[in-house]
Amino acid sequence: MLSLKEKDRPIVRKLLCAGCCVRCVLRFCCVGTCSAYRRSYEDIHKELLAFISEESSPQPHDASGEEKTDEPPNKRLRIDEGSTEASVTAAQTDSDICPVCLGVLQDFCDPTFAKQVSDAVKNQQYEFNSLVLTVSLPAQLSVREHSCWLHVKKEIREKSMCLGKEDVIQVKDAFKWAVQGKIGQELGAAVLANSSCEVSVGFMHPETEEDCHFLANTCPDCFKPTKNKASIFTRMAVVKALEKISEEKFSRHYPCPPKKTNTRCTALDTTCLHTSVFIAGRYNKFSRELPQTPWVIDGERRMDGSVEELIAAPLLSSFRADGFNFSSSGREDVDVRTLGNGRPFAVELLNPHRAKFNRTEIKQLQETINQSSDKIRVRDLQIVTREATSRMKEGEEEKTKTYSALIWTQKAIDSTDLEFLANIKDLKIAQKTPLRVLHRRPLAVRPRLIHSMSSIYLDGHHFTLKLCTQAGTYIKEFVHGDFGRTKPNLCDLMKTNADILELDVESVDIDWPPAIPD
Amino acid sequence: ELDCITIRLHLLSDSEKKAPSVIDRYFTRWYKTDLKGKACEDHCILQHSNRICVITLAESHPILQNGRKIKNINYQISDGCSRLKNKVSGKSKRGGQFLTEFAPLCRITCTDEQEYTIFSCIRGRLLEVNEAILNKPDLLLEKPSTEGYIAVILPKFEESKSVTEGLLTRERYEEVLTKRNQQEEPC
Repeated sequence: MLSLKEKDRPIVRKLLCAGCCVRCVLRFCCVGTCSAYRRSYEDIHKELLAFISEESSPQPHDASGEEKTDEPPNKRLRIDEGSTEASVTAAQTDSDICPVCLGVLQDFCDPTFAKQVSDAVKNQQYEFNSLVLTVSLPAQLSVREHSCWLHVKKEIREKSMCLGKEDVIQVKDAFKWAVQGKIGQELGAAVLANSSCEVSVGFMHPETEEDCHFLANTCPDCFKPTKNKASIFTRMAVVKALEKISEEKFSRHYPCPPKKTNTRCTALDTTCLHTSVFIAGRYNKFSRELPQTPWVIDGERRMDGSVEELIAAPLLSSFRADGFNFSSSGREDVDVRTLGNGRPFAVELLNPHRAKFNRTEIKQLQETINQSSDKIRVRDLQIVTREATSRMKEGEEEKTKTYSALIWTQKAIDSTDLEFLANIKDLKIAQKTPLRVLHRRPLAVRPRLIHSMSSIYLDGHHFTLKLCTQAGTYIKEFVHGDFGRTKPNLCDLMKTNADILELDVESVDIDWPPAIPD
Repeated sequence: ELDCITIRLHLLSDSEKKAPSVIDRYFTRWYKTDLKGKACEDHCILQHSNRICVITLAESHPILQNGRKIKNINYQISDGCSRLKNKVSGKSKRGGQFLTEFAPLCRITCTDEQEYTIFSCIRGRLLEVNEAILNKPDLLLEKPSTEGYIAVILPKFEESKSVTEGLLTRERYEEVLTKRNQQEEPC
């Protein structure tokens, strides 16, 4: 039973008179029980009529209600309190639409629409056991709501009562209460306030789009000019303007109660969005001809494949995601290998249709990636939270990395010429932005530390240099000097021209993500 | 792994000469000769594959001949303009002085009182001038193509390819040199 009080009676009457649907009537009576909105239209209608007829004054005839039970349940009674004859007009189809919710709380609250929404979700084949329902309504509904509220306020003020706008139940809430039970049932999932799976239902009403426009004249500062020709009448802007505008000004520009319309809202396609899933791991790169990210210039692919594509491809397909974002703790050049434990990375999978995987399945995915190419290898593959990915970029200046470089020297050397390198500890260097990245990086001087070095003599003009450096050090430039813009550099230390022929990353010293034993 | 390296090194051969240098790997050499009609005042523009250009003296420039020594390098090219005051900020290098082909970069005075002006040779935004040669002018004499560079310029994106249209390739430059030798022009 609806928990309507004596004080609600004039409100119910006034709203039914104005042509409001029964659920909007309940809203303005501040009925906050979800089950009330789930009841069928006829049920609610019957009870409302019974409620207002409890008084001794004018008896309504609900002839139209009874006659047309086969018809869509969106008829309402016209009550003319002033006349002695109950003027019951068989509601015309074009006046059936509630002028406040524009039909959202009428037919769209039927089980058939809930099934439609559920079927649309099923078609998109998501795996989930809970969902959150979001509803988007056209901005003009706020205007009509405001108008109806002023209309009701006027009526009850005369009876020295008060109705705060916050007390009125919002259309969104009433709609969700009406449909979420059925949707949850159809989909076999709990409809919660928060969930990783979001089902969005939207409505639009082109016929009344201009309802908001007068607000641009009365409260111009609420509406910011937009780029891309998008409408300036956003929901937020309209709500803000309605808070500012005086009752008197509003009533002058907009009818209270709101005028009836010829059409009802149309439903937009139901869309689903699953929050991103993050997969982390460490990768090795064994090829000297593989970029980390796709190498495209002027729309043309310059080199086939990339580390990120090789890692993401099997993930995209297993998780059935729409796309991905790849990030890692630093990067290596195309011609540099990444050895040792590998470099930490994280892949954000966008809108995954499947999100739950157990350890074995993830292990399997890791195998699949490793089998797909001998150019890369991944380890410690695991699902992580979004927050955990910040560990990757953490302390980028404090972390260290170790490298192995094949060095050429112009002057002839013997093994004793290299001994001094092992005695150098925490060498401070200053690196101006290398010329090879200067086109896309700001010009700056970066102080860096070479923590330690060791060498392996190869022949009169070659040796292997191992270095442990601060993260963010440009190794190639430390070796050849980059036109003297890295100081000191290996040429300075060895007092000869030197160049780097090959570079390998031996380790990236970050202890994240956690190791997964095989 | 050591075996792989040793094999590769044998292919490179144990000598001074080796696989392409940094400049060979990343840059294309362009030349502008007889700047402003002055005999042999040749510049070499090193164009990186990422479109950044480094302005240097060509090996045939008078400053590098006959054991000349440098007395002074001055980046103050006019009362109101010093290349040392050039400041760029951000990724798009805002604030850099915009140069045209004949914008002077610096004036170099040698100990024999000869004065030479070094020019931009290309259109673009000045990113930096080499301050190391102010303290150590010998760098310019000893390593004119690397540590003794004069300036770094970033051409406009739309002009990245066209910026070298008025310049000579290495081949054409060598032809100019050959012709000079035949005519025995003193520099």
